Amino acid sequence: MECCESRSSLSISRRGLLLGGASFAAWAYLPKFARAADGRDPRLVTIILRGALDGLATVASISDPDYAGLHGAIALTRDGPHAAIDLDSFFALHPSMTQFARMYREKHAAVVHAVATPYRERSHFDGQDVLESGFAGPGRVQSGWLNRALGALPRGERVTTGLAVGATAPLVLRGPAPTVGWAPVNLPQAADDTAMRLFDLYKHRDPALADALSQGLQLEKVAARGDDMRAKPRNGIGAMQLTARGVAKLMAEDDGPRIAALAFDGWDTHANEGGPVGQLAQRLSGLDAAFGEFESGLGAHWRDTVIVVATEFGRTAKINGTFGTDHGTGTVAFLAGGAVKGGRVIADWPGLKTANLYQARDLAPTTDLRAILKGVLHDHVGLSERVLAQAVFPDSAAVKPVQGLVV
Amino acid sequence: MARDPQAALVALNRFGFGARGGASGDFMNAASDPRGFVKAELARPATVLLEAPGLQTTPDLAAALFAYQLEVKEQREAAAKSAAASAESKPKNESPPPAMEKPEASAMAPNGATMNPPGAMKPAKTIPAKPQLNIIQKTYRAEALARIQRATLADCGIVERLVAFWSNHFCISASKGQPARIWAGAFEREAIRPHVLGHFGDMLKAVEQHPAMLFFLDNQQSIGPNSKAGQRSKRGLNENLAREIMELHTLGVGSGYTQGDVTTLARILTGWTYAGRAGRLGEPGSFVFNVNAHEPGTQTLLGRSYPETGLAQGEAALGDIARHPATAKFIATKFARHFVADDPPPALVVRLNDVFRKTDGDLKALALALVDSDEAWQAPMTKIRSPYEYLIAIGRLMARIPEDPGRYLNGLNILGQPLWTPAGPNGFADTNAAWAAPEEMKLRLDIAAQVASRIGDSLDARDLLDIAMSDAASQDTRQTIARAETRQQAFALLLMSPEFQRR
Repeated sequence: MECCESRSSLSISRRGLLLGGASFAAWAYLPKFARAADGRDPRLVTIILRGALDGLATVASISDPDYAGLHGAIALTRDGPHAAIDLDSFFALHPSMTQFARMYREKHAAVVHAVATPYRERSHFDGQDVLESGFAGPGRVQSGWLNRALGALPRGERVTTGLAVGATAPLVLRGPAPTVGWAPVNLPQAADDTAMRLFDLYKHRDPALADALSQGLQLEKVAARGDDMRAKPRNGIGAMQLTARGVAKLMAEDDGPRIAALAFDGWDTHANEGGPVGQLAQRLSGLDAAFGEFESGLGAHWRDTVIVVATEFGRTAKINGTFGTDHGTGTVAFLAGGAVKGGRVIADWPGLKTANLYQARDLAPTTDLRAILKGVLHDHVGLSERVLAQAVFPDSAAVKPVQGLVV
Repeated sequence: MARDPQAALVALNRFGFGARGGASGDFMNAASDPRGFVKAELARPATVLLEAPGLQTTPDLAAALFAYQLEVKEQREAAAKSAAASAESKPKNESPPPAMEKPEASAMAPNGATMNPPGAMKPAKTIPAKPQLNIIQKTYRAEALARIQRATLADCGIVERLVAFWSNHFCISASKGQPARIWAGAFEREAIRPHVLGHFGDMLKAVEQHPAMLFFLDNQQSIGPNSKAGQRSKRGLNENLAREIMELHTLGVGSGYTQGDVTTLARILTGWTYAGRAGRLGEPGSFVFNVNAHEPGTQTLLGRSYPETGLAQGEAALGDIARHPATAKFIATKFARHFVADDPPPALVVRLNDVFRKTDGDLKALALALVDSDEAWQAPMTKIRSPYEYLIAIGRLMARIPEDPGRYLNGLNILGQPLWTPAGPNGFADTNAAWAAPEEMKLRLDIAAQVASRIGDSLDARDLLDIAMSDAASQDTRQTIARAETRQQAFALLLMSPEFQRR
């Protein structure tokens, strides 16, 4: 068994334990793929949002006549104290994402909407496998697409010595190409969300353990603060921001890694998702802070950077009976960085009429996420279309790279 | 044969250390014949002894310990000498030598899997080397590893559960001092294991004559006031061992013995000691009867007279205490409480009590009586796994043979059950009040999450749920795991589910 670290790293205070849910790994070699034309030394960051991000709550099709009705009480609006930020005449961004909005205005950020992997079921694990493995179906977990992309690159020099190989590299970066890992020290992994799910289970099955756990977690105190029990979101923000800050510092070094992957957990908003404020809003502000950390931390390298943010699938277009959303299909992906040809929402909008929804419940996917990823890998890192269609995203020749994503 | 999922859970979790992962088929085997699954292991007495390369006898460990202590002493003296010499020769205004570069406290996580934060990044050479372990630490870890591996690999685990039960019943504490720590594993292998499927009286004698117990409860210091040694010195009786034998090991507190009985037993046991470094009484680190420290004369204990027969006097007294009705009742109750419920079914306790008495403390018969009882299978699974059972069950489910005991030992420390190191001679508590406590559950969750954070994508909690509890899992648990946000979260929730925690 892999059990426990020593006391020093397993902080006994709950405070220390709340910061979990973020991990990072990077490629172990400095690539030799500076682009001949402009000498760019590209940096690529992939962020996986585990739990299935509600795309419609994040980038609302605010002018779609069916949007407000479907998202009901949690729908974003163009007015009020927490008005959504217009991206164009049709789409508006969640008000928590002010940094991303600024990058968008500066044309260094873009949104891809109604996007999905080829996975069409609704299991988190399988969905994440498809997202990260790059295969068309679940069950292939030996390596991730980003790792195979690296395998196709010339190796270059080994990055900074003394980095230990991380045990928790996200699948997307796992595989034969060697990687290094880093996790913020003293950030053990028991996430609040896990505790809340366990508490729910104990409430139904084992009241004595529910009592013990709730006292242990001091849930009462949290509840007394008035917030929804599932969310103590400030800590999640801290984890995202802290991880991003650390990764940005690493990547800013001359001999630091150029290609990295992170995973942020906590997007599974089944109940009390919140609208302009609330649970999801808090997490989005954490993600937004991570964008900001990358921009400031990478400094001059920001202009050579592309950050891709993707999630395993979306959520239902219509909210459920607990003011949340259940597992769905189409969602959003983000591109950010100085090398992104931004300031636009890339979408072939399917509409939200019941007939237009996937299985009459989810935002229908009209863009294959692999087309976006292939476009970035092709234009930013210089992988050939053939390698992308065979090694990186096997059997994806029919999915053409989207062109012009990168400056 | 009919499958009985609930009985399979009892067989695996109440009597064993839980289902092993991989292709063990443990749950199916337990479900098709729950009693047979448990009893099969009891029928193989060879499974109880533990021998592994590098595990040494108590006298050999004593020799190693004495050599180590001598080495430390000599080094200290040499260092003191050279410090004194250099202090004399050194000019007074010379600046002190440059301080050694202080290693970053957080430079390396214990498993070496993470690196320090980027701001503090240093060349590899400043990462401190793993400190050299001394012979005491090495031995403790090797013994721990052998025990953990055995528990992880056992078919059902009933024998290892019995070992853990009896080891805790007759506990020593490694925190008592260097001999206790280096001997802790050997004590269990030599005094407990050979008798776990044997007789209580034999175990009692082996335990009370083991150097680790004699050291732990100070009997090597106990001197008969009228013995030759007592006459020569001002030292005298130490009642510690005698009291704990009656209170904790046999009769139980409140069973009718008096302070007079305690003192008498202490007198009877004077001279029970172990040979020291010089080996004047025998091989260093072996049990010896030191007649010069033994209180002479006939002793009356619990209304029975024991004539002066030296070592045999104490052995006769222990034999009678082992057969005392109060001992049978005390053991039967504690045994049922450990395996079945904090308040065990009275009928079960009565039956175990009868078996213990009728078989003269046959511990295999006692275990079989438990497994054959209906109560043990029908009582609801209200007990919570001890930290040791919890961590072993996790390892079994993950089908990982541990190669380093560090994470287990750290986990046990965190969860309040440091291996072979209870706070007192009464051992670790065996009730829900102790383990199903708020801080404990929080820490168990943290550990579950930490374990889960390191699993790859090869482990799927949905599959492991079927391996561990199959259709004995509640719909709520199944759903909670299926709906988890990540593979890691699902696994943590599985480890924390009532079905995994309760037994």
